[in-house]
Amino acid sequence: MDMSNRKITNIVIAGLGGQGVIRAANILAEAAFLAGYDVKQSEIHGMSQRGGSVSSDVRFGTQVHSPMVPIGEADYLMVLHPTQVDNNLYMLREGGVLISTRMILEEGKDLESLDADNTPLNSRNFNVGLLGVLARHIQLPEDAWISAIRKHLPEKVHEQNIQAFSYGKTLTPSCT
Amino acid sequence: MLQESRQLLNGNEAVALAALHAGVCLGTGYPGTPSTEILENFSLLGGKAQWAPNEKVAYEVGLGVAFGGGRMLVTMKHVGVNVAADPLFTSAYTGVRGGFVFISADDPGMASSQNEQDNRRYARAAGVLMLEPADAQEAYEYTMRAYEISEAWRLPVMIRMTTRVCHSKSVVRPSGVAIKPPEPPHFVRDFASLVMVPAFARPAHRRLREKLARAEEWNEQSGLNRKIMKSEELGIITSGVSFHHVCEAAPEASLLKLGMTYPLPMQTIKKFIESVKRCVVIEEGDPYLVEAIRYEGGTVDGKPDMYRFGELNVSRVRRILNGDTSPEPVPPRGKPPQLCQGCPHRMTFAVMKKYDCIVSGDIGCYTLSVLPPFETMDSCVCMGASVTVGLGLRHALPPEEAKRVVSVIGDSTFVHSGLTGIAEMVYNPPPTGHVVVILDNGTTAMTGMQEHPGTGRTLDHQPTNKLSFERVLEAMGVPNVTVTDSPPAFEDALKAALERNELSVIIMRRTCRLAEPKIQLYEKAAAKCEQQNNSQNE
Repeated sequence: MDMSNRKITNIVIAGLGGQGVIRAANILAEAAFLAGYDVKQSEIHGMSQRGGSVSSDVRFGTQVHSPMVPIGEADYLMVLHPTQVDNNLYMLREGGVLISTRMILEEGKDLESLDADNTPLNSRNFNVGLLGVLARHIQLPEDAWISAIRKHLPEKVHEQNIQAFSYGKTLTPSCT
Repeated sequence: MLQESRQLLNGNEAVALAALHAGVCLGTGYPGTPSTEILENFSLLGGKAQWAPNEKVAYEVGLGVAFGGGRMLVTMKHVGVNVAADPLFTSAYTGVRGGFVFISADDPGMASSQNEQDNRRYARAAGVLMLEPADAQEAYEYTMRAYEISEAWRLPVMIRMTTRVCHSKSVVRPSGVAIKPPEPPHFVRDFASLVMVPAFARPAHRRLREKLARAEEWNEQSGLNRKIMKSEELGIITSGVSFHHVCEAAPEASLLKLGMTYPLPMQTIKKFIESVKRCVVIEEGDPYLVEAIRYEGGTVDGKPDMYRFGELNVSRVRRILNGDTSPEPVPPRGKPPQLCQGCPHRMTFAVMKKYDCIVSGDIGCYTLSVLPPFETMDSCVCMGASVTVGLGLRHALPPEEAKRVVSVIGDSTFVHSGLTGIAEMVYNPPPTGHVVVILDNGTTAMTGMQEHPGTGRTLDHQPTNKLSFERVLEAMGVPNVTVTDSPPAFEDALKAALERNELSVIIMRRTCRLAEPKIQLYEKAAAKCEQQNNSQNE
């Protein structure tokens, strides 16, 4: 995708409470920040802790004003739970890219099945794995990503999350 | 000096950082979304921060600090200001010596609140100065300036934030705002200012109005309001996060971005209106600016009433500017939140459903019991109202209905505003008695597992004195106090309580599943610390 004529990159990350939506958004925002961009990240806390729908907006570019991605203007929509795709699609612009768990899950299997397969992904780090998929599109320096992952996760899971991230970069996204 | 050059912070973190840099000697408040992380971050940064039982207490403790000349930060969500309103109004009369800054974190759109009141009206009603940051950078700058302003005017300053300022991260450069360091606290006797008997309060009110008139004049040049002149066709007056939506929705428009929104710089506003052909006010929530400007004779367009509800965003600002009042697209519904798997409240509500209780509810995770599959909450108004609304129902309903009324309240909420309800219950018992259930899960779960006086730990999870609910209830004269932790025992206790026409309180004590591992860590650390102290004393 040609991003040269677009001043702001808009990403919406969505899923259910407890899945690491906010964490993934924090890592993404941090990576863009470390790359020197102006960044805004917005989310709704509170009730969403109780397993309900959660989403977080991340925007970066030379100058970002509103902290919220305008409706229908997300360049990327990254969804961490299969049930949360349909209710968030309205945020994606025409030609925008959907990155979802469909890319890492076999048909009919749930997220826990990731714990048993042979990939570095599991039911706890696949949010970072999907960031790896996103990383193929948005051109942030590798060291910014790695530093951001380290900053926002406990030390004992750094390596496995970096592996999940690298694995994510090998996957091919589906487009809408 | 101590500032890093560029940081990515949300508004709450930025306020905490500014409080540290301003030399605040104490931060206090009651947890409430979206304000909670301010004090937590202030504590993490090394500031002295503590949770108060409620916002009124926090505000008053803060006032004491400021009377003594110290710099103070008090935080609360918008509805918390209702609780603190009593000292708020009179503190405008007394004024302060040390910088007194309180945060009102409003929640337009009600992401996690029971109403969407616009607290800008409080600043005007009470007569305290108000600043409205638009993002984390301004949250930092305005908090620093607020201490300076509070001490210069000897008035409390309210920083009015909203969910999208509190919980949005943006780039902050904390350098460049220098204020003079705080004076060491010291008491200066001043009856006429600090003792609000009518004879002193009457001149104090006149002093306040005179101060506010001068503050309005000062605000014309305060540097907190920014004019950006572009198009002569369209000018927009705005404040808070709406400023950023406006910049994106109407990049060609001239802007007057107000940073200090009480008292308003009316001359600046009028001049701006005269400099453009069409002037529109874009503000979230109530028509606070529009009403004030029109009252002073300014001709401005406001927003159609449909945009008074919920948050603004870029799309809505575009619609307002275009005069578009066609129905807005409704975003698809997501999955509603629910009580966690294994949450102790689940079985408690299952039992109350079985006995067809009329449940007078309260504010907390357990409010979610109104949703399927429980549908076991019949009212929820404000902190503490479970006990007292339940008493009212017991007084009014015919006996066979009254006997099914149960008040349900969480542990933190009980300390916040439940105790006075218990005093009312003991003092004016309904003919059928009453049943209160305290859901004691050992934490302020809803807002993210904060401590409170009933947990026996301070804000930073260190051991302190613990408020014993059962001993307080017994001392207040409640004849039947039962403590239980198992579902069958709870059912037995509830059944017995519903059958007798007496006053009963059942404390259902079972730790929040999310908080449990954390609490175990705190307890382990405390035990270890105690062990070390004991061995040192031997």
